[in-house]
Amino acid sequence: MNTVTHHLPDWMIRAYVAGGLGRAFSLVVAAHVTLCDECRAQMEGEEASGGIVFEDQRPEAVAVDLKARVMASLDTVPASPAQPAQQGIYPGAVMAALKGRAPRWRTLGGGIRQAVLSHDAEGSARLLYIPGRVAVPDHGHKGLELTLVLQGSFADETGRFAVGDVEVAGAELEHQPIAEQGAPCICLAATDAPLRFSSFVPRLLQPIFRI
Amino acid sequence: MPVKPAPPGTSDAPMDAPSVQTLWLLAVRDHRDRAAFGQLFDFYAPRIKSMLMRGGMSAAAVEDIVQDAMIKVWQRAEQFDPTRAPASAWIYRIARNRQIEVLRRERRPLPDDLISGDEASDPDAADIIGLQQDANHLRAALHRLPQDQRIMIEQAFLGELTHSEIRDATGLALGTIKSRIRLALERLRHDLRTLR
Repeated sequence: MNTVTHHLPDWMIRAYVAGGLGRAFSLVVAAHVTLCDECRAQMEGEEASGGIVFEDQRPEAVAVDLKARVMASLDTVPASPAQPAQQGIYPGAVMAALKGRAPRWRTLGGGIRQAVLSHDAEGSARLLYIPGRVAVPDHGHKGLELTLVLQGSFADETGRFAVGDVEVAGAELEHQPIAEQGAPCICLAATDAPLRFSSFVPRLLQPIFRI
Repeated sequence: MPVKPAPPGTSDAPMDAPSVQTLWLLAVRDHRDRAAFGQLFDFYAPRIKSMLMRGGMSAAAVEDIVQDAMIKVWQRAEQFDPTRAPASAWIYRIARNRQIEVLRRERRPLPDDLISGDEASDPDAADIIGLQQDANHLRAALHRLPQDQRIMIEQAFLGELTHSEIRDATGLALGTIKSRIRLALERLRHDLRTLR
């Protein structure tokens, strides 16, 4: 078992299973579950519950010819390709978001780099690269921010986060994550609203860097 | 493995046998059994439709997803592991994945599968039955919930609540599934020990 100490909240796994999470958060849930056996078990438990509710529903009759159409096409419809496999530090869901390629990092200053994976009205997901002993600018959030460590570790006001750990930061948290000494810290970070930086200049840069 | 099918969807199913749906899915997985697939279709296609109709899509659009999802059941049956999921949970996930794919026009991010060292190993009949027992207990626990909580759980899993509603409303009721989840974790630990 991995020694993950910071997990996803149960409700978020349940929302993923129910199909109610946006793209960015779904990505973090899938990536964390890849790294965390406990949350995988949690997800399987939620899916078992979902399966029971699904099975207990009142059935809704389908078109009379649907079954014949499905039976006729069982061996003719090509299977869609599987999600790319986990590669190095990147879970398969992240590899899919990277379209199977290495991240294309953009410099943010101070040695920090990022690679935006997705950005839409529901939020954004990106990879962050933070050299050892470098701090991410102090920031708060309008909504929720999830940060999953893929390499190295960081620490902030709330604790220490190593590979597989996920930090769930609500709007109330103003925090300053600092990468710990050693290998650069690489994180998958997702928000359901743009970040708010406390200092002026990063706030100006925010629209440009889409963070 | 004792093959004693339970009548579909009944709660008085025997506790010591996999559900008939799981047996059908195993027949599809192991023997590409079209008759068993036909049974799965008859049971699950109307339930997939029922779930997706709640989302406000047209019947025609819903049936396209039902069709795609059932074809995926056939194509992916080899990945079905009855020691990890009952047929209901596995097909529920496939239907959701396909729905999200259609609505969002992109693949749903999925956890990587656990790396199994020995695909050819016989499934452990005791594990399959243990999982079925967990599922039966879970169903009984869900049925014992006060009606308002039960409706909330149904709405959550059938896709009628937003994630913030799920966060605020379902935590209490789903405390009942904690025991099942502990068992799932125990099982997973056992599996991992045998793999590593």
